[in-house]
Amino acid sequence: MQYMLLIYGDEAGWNARTDDELQTLNQGYEGLTRDLRAAEKLAGANELQPVGTATTLRVRNGDAIVSDGPFAETKEVLGGYYLIESESLDEALQWAERIPDARTGTVEIRPVVDHSGSGS
Amino acid sequence: MQDAFATALERWPRDGAPANPGAWIVATARNRAIDRIRRERTLARKTELLGRLEELAPSDPEDEETVIPDERLELIFACCHPALAAESQVALTLSLLGGLTTPEIARAFLVPEPTLAQRLVRAKRKIRDAGIPLRVPPAHLLPERLRSVLAVVYLVFNAGYGPPVRRQLCAEAIRLAALLAMLMPDEAEVHGLHALLLLQDARRDARVSSEGELVLLEEQDRALWDSAEIDAGRRALDRAMALRVTGPYQVQAAIASLHAEEETDWRQIALLYARLVALMPSPVVELNAAVAVSMADGPEAALRIADGISGLDDYYLWHATRADFLRRLGRDAEAAAAYERALELAPSDVEREFLRSRLTEI
Repeated sequence: MQYMLLIYGDEAGWNARTDDELQTLNQGYEGLTRDLRAAEKLAGANELQPVGTATTLRVRNGDAIVSDGPFAETKEVLGGYYLIESESLDEALQWAERIPDARTGTVEIRPVVDHSGSGS
Repeated sequence: MQDAFATALERWPRDGAPANPGAWIVATARNRAIDRIRRERTLARKTELLGRLEELAPSDPEDEETVIPDERLELIFACCHPALAAESQVALTLSLLGGLTTPEIARAFLVPEPTLAQRLVRAKRKIRDAGIPLRVPPAHLLPERLRSVLAVVYLVFNAGYGPPVRRQLCAEAIRLAALLAMLMPDEAEVHGLHALLLLQDARRDARVSSEGELVLLEEQDRALWDSAEIDAGRRALDRAMALRVTGPYQVQAAIASLHAEEETDWRQIALLYARLVALMPSPVVELNAAVAVSMADGPEAALRIADGISGLDDYYLWHATRADFLRRLGRDAEAAAAYERALELAPSDVEREFLRSRLTEI
């Protein structure tokens, strides 16, 4: 099964990090990515640019309504994601626990709908 | 119940792929469980557990492949997975492992039946769609996951213990605890919980008077206590302690066992409560510890402890307990004020009646 690991956090906190903290954080991410890759479980991963760069689009009655900002104004914002393969939710949780920002923010684990027809 | 169980097995995806990294753990747990069940068979024939087992497991007792009992352990862990909301864990456990129908569960938890039915549907859907595994958790997750399972069983028991006492829920909880004790005989806290439930259940007929009033432990008619159940509880506690791994359920069971003695050894009980506070720090536990101290060392020391506990301003029993200590110290005006406050916060008529009678005594 595939799972999206959506990484949420407080941007002010992210911006306030020291160089040392950032280095430790990056090492954590690099290690996780490396291990996922080695286990052939990594389907994708990215850090997203800050929420200030977000644009929202809604199409209503044929009209494209474009606005500045994220989907919703929240204290914790989406900062990045991993798309991984796992046998079960427990395995996905084990990988997600290693996400450095899980310690200060929140990781949402959402199973991906399988449209391939080959079953999970 | 068997239909629901068979349906659950049939509908939920199984992760039996050989490349599964967790497979060896599952196989080990299964083999151990099978071995244990074979050993327990002889013992089980002599106890009522066999009756329960035969009721639940449609397979031939001579079968080498004892799949059904193993499946139940895996099912319990799936039902109590932390990814499910607590209320869903309880409903699902009672639905799939307990002997309760949806209307019965709804009534037990004072929830409209359609709401409860929806809760069950959503929970089963989540297990399937989010990939909650149908297996005994691996060793590094087991302690935490087992705590969830035990908490659900204890919650069911407490819901039934009330007041008012609802025997069906208590019986279900005890049955689940016994099942867990059979399937995980090496887990001390499983036996501890089993012991605690049996010892508490033994007092059910003495807790509430015929007029529906709450009867305190020290005022209960011991002739109404179920002595067979007390013995069963003590045997379960012995099994727990033989494993030499302490835990909060065992300590609480030990306290309950001491309460069932002819002479109440309050000093021992106070010591056990101190141990419990260390294992399970919470204001309510500290309050119970204060009560034990009041009996072992007197109300003055106990009042000091009770006054030192923070966070219980909205808890009627904190006020009621303080009131009791103050009354015993002869500080009637303060006691009355505390009883009044307790009355304001009391959750039901049974408690209110009891508090009112205490108030009039001053």
